[in-house]
Formats: sequence, C-alpha cells, structure tokens
Amino acid sequence: MSTFNSSDVAAFKGGVWVFCEQRQGSMMPTSFELISEGRKLADELGTKLYGILLGEGIEGIAKELGGYGADGVYVCDHPMLKDYTTDGYTKVICDVIEEYKPEIMLIGATNIGRDLGPRCAARLHTGLCADCTHLDVDMGIYKDFLKENSTLAPERIDATSHAMVLGQKHDVSRDLKMTRPAFGGHLMASIICPRFRPAMATVRPGVMKKAAFDQAKADACEIIKPEFSLTADDMKTEVVEVVKAAKKLVDLIGADVVVSVGRGISKDVEGGIKLAEELAEVLGGVVGGSRATIDSGWLSADHQVGQTGKTVHPKIYVALGISGAIQHKAGMQDSECIIAVNKNDTAPIFEIADYGICGDLFKVTPLLIEAIKAAKAAK
Amino acid sequence: MDFHLTKEQEMVRKMYREFAETEVKPLAEEIDEEERFPMETVEKMAKLGMMGIYFPKEYGGAGGDVLSYAMCVEELAKVCGTTAVIVSAHTSLCCAPIFEHGTEEQKKKYLPDLLSGKKIGAFGLTEPNAGTDASGQQTTAVLEGDHYVLNGSKCFITNGTVAETFVVFAMTDKKLGNHGISAFIVEKSFPGFYVGKHEKKMGIRGSSTCDLIFEDCIVPKENLLGQEGKGFKIAMMTLDGGRIGIAAQALGLGEGAINEAIKYTQERVQFKRRLSQFQNTQFQLADMHTRMQAAQYLVYAAAMKKQNHENYSMDAAMAKLFAAESASDVTRRAVQLFGGYGYTREYPVERMMRDAKITEIYEGTSEVQRMVISSHLGVK
Amino acid sequence: MKIIVCVKQVPDTSGKVAVNPDGTLNRASMAAITNPDDLNAVEAALVLKEQTGAEVIVVSMGPPPAEGMLREVMARGVDRAILVSAREFGGSDTYATSQILAAAIDKIGVEKDDIVMCGRQAIDGDTAQVGPQIAEKLGLPQVSYAAEITKEGDTITVKRMLEDGYMTIKVKTPCLITCIKELNTPRYMSVGGIYECYSKPYEIFDYNTLKDHPFIDKDTIGLSGSPTNILTSFTPPQKGAGMMLEGADKATCDKLAGILAAKHMI
Repeated sequence: MSTFNSSDVAAFKGGVWVFCEQRQGSMMPTSFELISEGRKLADELGTKLYGILLGEGIEGIAKELGGYGADGVYVCDHPMLKDYTTDGYTKVICDVIEEYKPEIMLIGATNIGRDLGPRCAARLHTGLCADCTHLDVDMGIYKDFLKENSTLAPERIDATSHAMVLGQKHDVSRDLKMTRPAFGGHLMASIICPRFRPAMATVRPGVMKKAAFDQAKADACEIIKPEFSLTADDMKTEVVEVVKAAKKLVDLIGADVVVSVGRGISKDVEGGIKLAEELAEVLGGVVGGSRATIDSGWLSADHQVGQTGKTVHPKIYVALGISGAIQHKAGMQDSECIIAVNKNDTAPIFEIADYGICGDLFKVTPLLIEAIKAAKAAK
Repeated sequence: MDFHLTKEQEMVRKMYREFAETEVKPLAEEIDEEERFPMETVEKMAKLGMMGIYFPKEYGGAGGDVLSYAMCVEELAKVCGTTAVIVSAHTSLCCAPIFEHGTEEQKKKYLPDLLSGKKIGAFGLTEPNAGTDASGQQTTAVLEGDHYVLNGSKCFITNGTVAETFVVFAMTDKKLGNHGISAFIVEKSFPGFYVGKHEKKMGIRGSSTCDLIFEDCIVPKENLLGQEGKGFKIAMMTLDGGRIGIAAQALGLGEGAINEAIKYTQERVQFKRRLSQFQNTQFQLADMHTRMQAAQYLVYAAAMKKQNHENYSMDAAMAKLFAAESASDVTRRAVQLFGGYGYTREYPVERMMRDAKITEIYEGTSEVQRMVISSHLGVK
Repeated sequence: MKIIVCVKQVPDTSGKVAVNPDGTLNRASMAAITNPDDLNAVEAALVLKEQTGAEVIVVSMGPPPAEGMLREVMARGVDRAILVSAREFGGSDTYATSQILAAAIDKIGVEKDDIVMCGRQAIDGDTAQVGPQIAEKLGLPQVSYAAEITKEGDTITVKRMLEDGYMTIKVKTPCLITCIKELNTPRYMSVGGIYECYSKPYEIFDYNTLKDHPFIDKDTIGLSGSPTNILTSFTPPQKGAGMMLEGADKATCDKLAGILAAKHMI
C-alpha cells in the first residue's frame, strides 16, 4: 500500500479493466456489455483489455469474456469470494489493481457495482463517475457524440479538447470522458479524472452494446491468476443468505414503464389485458388503465391512471386503446416517452404521444411484443 | 397587524400541506360518496398533534398557536371540507371551552385525551327549536344531590356519532332566560345519553352529524362547566372561536377550488386554445383569488387577535361572513369554469361547491354574523 | 448509543427542471427539499431511537440556508443537527465530500454502539457514492441498499436489495448503512416537533472546526482535492414533436422497437 501512488499517472500501463460481475456462478449480462465497450476504449488507447473476475469455482466462465473482446481475465478464485461482500471484493480488487496498475476500471452499475465502486475508489484515492451512459477516449468520436446529443454550440464543443485542472490547461485527449445524466436526466455531464489512475466508472447496465461473440478470441483469452490474500479478519460482514426473487410488482407511481389499456379493449377484455401484461413484462413494467376500464370492473381501482386515479411519470407510457380524454392525460402527460396505439387517428392521445400507431391494438400489440423481444435480444 | 408568518408557522403550513395532499386528498372523493367518517385520518392527525394544536403541552397539546390551527383547517379544506370541519369542531367547540372555562380538575381529566386525539370532542347547543335563537333552549338540567339530570335533545351535532366527550348546554333555570343556561361536560358513557339519527347532507358528507338525546341523563355535579347560569356566555364565546375555524374552512375550500380551476383551465382546450388563454378565464380567476386573499387576511387577523387575547368577536364574525360567502361564490364560479365536467364527480369542484354552502350556515349563519358585526358597531 | 444520519438538501428534480442558457441548472427556480432517500435513513434512525433510546444526530454539508432543512428534520424527532459549511468545502466531488463528512462524523465520534446512516443516493447527482466512501474513510463496514433493518445487541441484520432478489447480511456496530425507499415511510413533522425544533441543539462545523483533522487538507477537499473534474455539461436536445408512424404492421413495430433500443429505453 505504501508504494501505491494513484497520482503517478504515467505508471498505469496495465490497460483497460472491466470488473466482471457474476452471481451464483452466472455472468451478469452487463459484464459482456462492458467488455465490448472496453474493447473500443482499449483500441482507442492502443492498450490491452482485461476482465477481473472474482468468485469461487468461476474459472470456467472466464474465457467466454474473451469472445467479446477481452485479451485476458484476472481470475481471483477463493471460497470467501463466493458471494459478493464489500470487504472481500474491495480488498482483493484493490490489491490486484495496486499490483497491475490499470489505466481505466469499468464496473457495471448494478446494486453490487455501485457498492463496490465507491469503496474501491476511496481506498485507491482516485476518481469515480457513477452510472455512466456513454464513454469515450478518442476526441473526434467524443466531439461527434456531442454534436449529435447536445445543444452545445460548435465552438463550445471544440473547447472540450482541454480542461482547466488546478489552474493549468490540461489536454484531455488520453483521458476517459465519462458522460452521465444528472438532475433526473435534465442535464448531462462529461467527467474526467485527469490526475489519478485508474479512472473509474460505473456504467448503467443495458446501455452499452454487446459485441458479436467470437469463439476463436474466447479460446485465445489469457487466464491470469494474481496473488492475493484474504482472511476471515478482512471480513466485517456476513452473508447469511442470498435469495433470488421474481421482481415484485411495483406500484404504478414508481414504475419505469406503464402499459395502460382503455375502452379499446372492450371487444375482448381478457385478451386485451393479457396483451398489456405481456407487453408490460417484456418492457419491465406494470399495467394500468383508464377510468373506463376501472368503472367497468375490468381492472381494480389501484390500476387507474388519471385525474381521479394516479399521476405517473414513467420512462415509457404505452396507451393501448385509450382515446386520451383530458382527465386521463392529467395523470400521464409528463411521461418521458408516450407510445399510443388507437384505431381512431383523431384520438387526442396522439396529440401528446411521442410515437403513435393508428391501428387495432389486438393486431399491433402482439407485433410490438415480438419486435421489442427481438430488439432486446439483438442488444 | 404583522402578516409575517413565523418560521414555525411557515414550517407547520408545509407539513399540513404535505399531509393534506398525501393522506387527505386521496380519500376526499370516497368519504363524500360513501358518507363515511374518515377515522383513519383522525388517527394520523392525532399522532401529529393536529387535534390539539394551540393548547399547552402540559395538557397534552402541541404547543402551537391559534394561527397555526387556522392554517391547519385551511390546508385540510383545500382538499377535503369534511376533514377540516372534524378538526375545527373538535378543537374550537369542545377542547377550547374546557380549556378556557374548565376547572383544573376538569382540564386534567378531559384535555389530555382530547388534545392527543385519543378521544374526539363535540358541542351540543342547537336544538330543533333553538337554532339561530340559541336562547330558546328546551333541554333542562335539574340538580339532584351530587348530580344533574338532563332531559331534552340536540340536533345537527358535528362529530356526534364519533365523539366521546361533549360540551352540552341546558336550562338550569328557565325563569332567567339566557342567564338560566348552564354548560356541562358530558361523556358518551353517561347513563341516559343517546346518540340519535345521522343526518344526510348536501355537503361535508363524510362528517358525522346527528341528534343527541338526553333521557334522565345523569351528569355528575363536578361536570358543570363554568358557573351555573353562565352557559350562554360560554356558548357565545366558544362560537366566536369556532367562527375562526369555520372561516378557515371556507377559506381553504375557496382556495382549493381556485387551485383546481387553474390546473384545469391550463389543460382544457376549446376553440383550439387553452381555457386559460381566454380573458374571461383570466378575469374570473383574478377576481376569485382577490376575494380569497382578502378572506385570508380577515381570518388570520382574527386568529392573531385571539392568540394575543384581544377582543376578536367582531373580527371572527367578519372573517366567517366574508370567507363563507366568498367560498360559495368562488366554488360556484370554479364549477362554471369547468363546464360540464365541473358538474360531474370526476372533478372535485362540485364537491367543494356543496361543501362551501354549509359555511354560510353553521356556527352562526351569515345573518347572525351581520347581527354580531352591526351590534359591535353600536347600530341599534 | 448514537445514530448519525447524513442528509442533503437538493433541488426537487421531480417537477419541472429549469436549465440556464449556459447549461447549468437554474437552482433558484426549483424548490429545495430534503433528499428523499435521506428521509428514509432518518426514519430508520428514529425507529431505532424508539426501540433503543439512541440519540439521533443529523449531519449535512451545504450552504447556510440548509439550516431550514435541518430544523425540519429535527421537527420529525431528530435530537441534534450539524451543518458542515465553509467556502473551502465548495466544489467537492464525491471523494472530497466524503472526506469532509467523514472528518465531521469522526469529530462527533463514532463509538462501539453507534451507527452511521445515509440515503442510498441524492436525486441531484444520483451517484450513491458518498455513503460507501465515508465508510471507507472511517474504516467502517458498510451495507448499502437496505430494505429492512433489525438490531439485536450489537448485531444488525439487513435485507440488502439486489436487482434479482436480496441478500441477508449481518454486521456488527459500528457500521454504515445506506437506505432505500422500500425501507420505510418517513413520518411527517409533528406540530409539537415544529414548535420545539428551533430550541434543539444546532451547530455549524466550519473550516476552522475541522481544519486540524487529518482528513482535511487542500489536496483532499474542495475543487483541488477532487479527483474528478467536469469537462462539460450540457442539455440533451429538446424532445421533438410526436410522430405518427406509418402503417400498423410488423415493419412499423420493428421500427418503433428500433427507435426505443437506439434511445436505450429498452
């Protein structure tokens, strides 16, 4: 520890690292996403990409990471690393980082990643950017990203080549530009960690695209077994049990996705609700309804969205067969993205919808479910 | 008059508002529709000290002030007229007379349970034949040894079916007229005391309103409130305070209707414009707000005077008169701004309009308020 | 026994958020509220206080007007409040913030029976980093994402939420716990609490109060002590007007799914 100096930036030649999270011996999907993204960053830096994998008996799942771009995987196998613990994982990861000195460390922003990342960054005395949705090294690519995704004027975008760091003009061309939403997504910020290494980021799961799997690269992936020590004295918490549970149905107000049905399901109420449930399931959301569906007894009152029901602002609101009367709109118009399916092309719901499809919900919804499943599988 | 609220008053208003929005508003439509007393809300308010706001902590009160009590009723009424009157009747008509006129023993015995909201209080003055003319009391109380025997009935008693402690008025000496009326603290469990039929009302339908019946009801002598023959004075003083509560209820109803109308007229589109873009809407809302703002000044001024132990009888009467008539006017205009939707129970303004009407009637009709005000002016 | 709860005053991002032309947040136009997750931490502390008689102390870092928020928290039943406030602390990122808060908490003193609690994350930055970083600085074990907390003697059992289930974790005091909204429903301020809160102990820890603490150094606090820098901040392009998609067939649905995928919405 005494020899570790995170501010000796030039000493960190160990490449780009990705913490590859596994639970119960299965790789989390975000690990593949980050390896794929890490490959791009490593190529932009002209360095190597490594995964770091902790657990018990997990060497068998390490090589698969090579198939998505990892040059090698540091495998830390130990009975005390079977389940995630803050103490055990932080100790081992920090010890290995101090030894091998990576330039960048990416961690999936899962509940575990967001527990581990800050603890490691604090111990290593380096910067960590939380829940990133976009990463760049190459300045050209970064500026193109800003042109596409910001309202910044061109001269402001050009000025991002340098940052003022401790009063000095600092060239950011080799820094990791970590972009993330803040203030509930109303603002975006690109963060750098110019003076310390590794630059660390937790990355929002599902955002980075998984590369195509390449078996030859998987076979070629190097397995490295770093030395580390871990004893019972290092462990301050005890994992009593790990329980897998189906996602509890969240209530409408907190839901990220709400799929609501309206009078349009009247010709086949059960079928319509079933379609809404299926769509809600593939989108990871819950089912709601307009007042008509509640008054008719098709759905219970806790499903009601609108003036006399609940006000929701999910990321995605799907209105199936809802005309969009003012009292319904009052409960959902602040949703981030509104998708409406209605047979009547003059339905008021289309006035506030981001995406409208004029058609029969019983025909459109099954197609939409398949399309979303396919799009998710392709990611 | 200093209209700056203290930091505590600002904070307590914020708390009432959050509570009203989160706990009270979602129930308002249901308790109106079902004519159901919201006991669960009373229990929550009790925990937060809202059933004994301006009484000292030594009797179990929250240690607040009269204005913070008025603001509580106001904020509740913005979303639910029923919940507001429950607090108002309990506080002003039962807790206040016991606190102001009770002996130390009576205060120690009754106030802790009332102020902590463990028990709900009510007030029994009105009779079928003694409404605005309260001096025509026909309920009698006869002293027999260590107790009084009460006979007669009361009507339109707010909180009647749920209260456990009542301040009740009865004639102890008919010959003396007003000066023969006495006040009593009556417990629900006293023998010969019965709660009668529940009234079906136009508004504040979740509040309990019923008859009280006394058939040889035994009231211990020590439950005489104040002196024998001072009952009418106690009743009038109590109603002075009660008027602040009802004025605050009217104030909240009017303000609540304005809030709903502002929201709705910004959403509703007719003739390709939002209703809020029409000058009629703008002027209506400007007038409505001006009226309620004026009402607020009157209500707060009366509350501050009561807090400072100044004579506030006329102030309370003016506050109630103006706030009640303004609330009726403003809620009616809100319904008009909503058009057909305003007449349906989909939106709360029709309920607010129904709720507002009673504020012109109970705890002294608007006509009584005019009598009080003109008599203070010495106009005879 | 003490429970020290970290709270933060944040702009309310749940309503309309105003952004200045230069891409910074127009804070003046937004209501300042107590960070929601922090209220769950305060509630958890107050529940433990009811069970154990512990003293509950809140600590916040921010400008002097944050006193109003701290008084409100005391009106809910918290015993004592400390505002950590100094020009020197401004511009701190999560690392530097945790360094300062850790110094303040250390000055209050964390003893054998004590617990430090935080909300999972603040709604302005959404980093969820300060809690674990304070724990690291103070050498305390941490349990984040707590959805249930029970205490028996010096052992605390926490239901720690995961995306696909939960872990049950045992930890001994002293420790740090970060709380999520599923943990409890924060109580309201009470009328009595409000009329008492201005007479409860309230202290400001300024630079002079903390400057001799080993955590406090120009290289570890404020802008100069922050390992991260903001390169640029910007607003995303305005949401375009809605569009009607052509047709209602498979191609239409595939197109919509493609748009949602490109926007990372699925």
